[in-house]
Amino acid sequence: MANTKEIRKQISSISNTQKITSAMEMVASSKMRKTQDRMEMGRPYADRMLSVIGHLANSNPEYKPLYMTERETKNIGIIVVSSDKGLCGGLNINLFRSLVGFLKEQADQGIGQQFCSVGTKAKVFFNSYGGNVVAAAEKLGDVPALEDLIGSIKILLEKFEAGEIDKVYLASNKFENTMTQQPEIKQLLPLLAEDTPELKHRWDYIYEPDAKELLDGLMQRYIESLVYQAVIENIACEQAAKMIAMKNATENAGTLIDELQLIYNNARQAAITQELSEIVGGAAAL
Amino acid sequence: MSTILCNIVSAESEIFSGQVEMVVATGTLGELGITPGHSQLLTGIKAGPVKVILEGGEEKVFFLSGGFIEVQPDAVTLLSDVAERAEDIDEAEAERARELAERARDNASSDVDFSKAKAELAEVAARLQTLRKMRKK
Repeated sequence: MANTKEIRKQISSISNTQKITSAMEMVASSKMRKTQDRMEMGRPYADRMLSVIGHLANSNPEYKPLYMTERETKNIGIIVVSSDKGLCGGLNINLFRSLVGFLKEQADQGIGQQFCSVGTKAKVFFNSYGGNVVAAAEKLGDVPALEDLIGSIKILLEKFEAGEIDKVYLASNKFENTMTQQPEIKQLLPLLAEDTPELKHRWDYIYEPDAKELLDGLMQRYIESLVYQAVIENIACEQAAKMIAMKNATENAGTLIDELQLIYNNARQAAITQELSEIVGGAAAL
Repeated sequence: MSTILCNIVSAESEIFSGQVEMVVATGTLGELGITPGHSQLLTGIKAGPVKVILEGGEEKVFFLSGGFIEVQPDAVTLLSDVAERAEDIDEAEAERARELAERARDNASSDVDFSKAKAELAEVAARLQTLRKMRKK
């Protein structure tokens, strides 16, 4: 009989866990939708800025801004965007794995590396991986503010301007759809100027005070908005991955409960049968 | 009266979009009043109120913390900053990020010091926040 009691206890504890995971699944799915909306909201800003920058660069060919100048790569800076919390499947691990591959490639070419970690998981990763972390941001929450990122980005921009690093990369997860998130490492600096002929308009702006100053200011903000977008996108990825992970956990808990229920029923039936046969045996002995 | 399309966007959200009769903002070189037919212009804007006059004379005021204004023949776009960008505040933010990285590195092994450092950091962050609010007023 102790056996059935034990099984019953196990079933109730698993079903409690199941309740938690299914609640987390629902929370993640609603958060995911909200973050996706937020992703869309920031997009017009970045698009608009890119087209203005493209226009400026094309109509001022004699001015080559520092942020667009390619130079020999000796040191690189990498902004690694991760989630703050776990329980989201292999999301962060996949990103770090592709990052480690990329870093090894760079290190083989003798290129120095500096890092900026965004999110708690990246911080923990660099604690064990080592590496020169020059800036960090964490605990950004579900609705990160651009202000929290400005400082970290500024450090890398300053280093880029001073020539301490020659390229800046951004490593984060790309949101393909709910089921797939792809780790991605892309180049932030120098900005890859696209020479699209459509951008060469017939007319030009009046600049106040002058084009160079505006271009520099715009580019700094453009880079900030790119990083911000990546952080938002990473949160959408985190929520999607969490949703899937929790869905699987809920399903697994369900199968486990079913199996235990079967064993419990068997045990109970065996006990009843035994009791019956004892009674029948006792009656027959009389 | 003819109208022009006006978009006010920031990195975090779209603030306003619609047909307007006039946009009034403070540029880096002075007050700007933009009506349909304005020549193409690109300039910075100072932190402060931006007024748009909707079709029919209704006015709307937005407070922007600086940014850029772009005028095209068919549209006005305001690229707003999300926060006031004073050089010293930027610098303080950078300092904070650097500190956080250093602390994380120094405290990789001992959790006790880390929680203490975190409490300190929270205090510094709160102070910074207040400073920013005061500046905005």
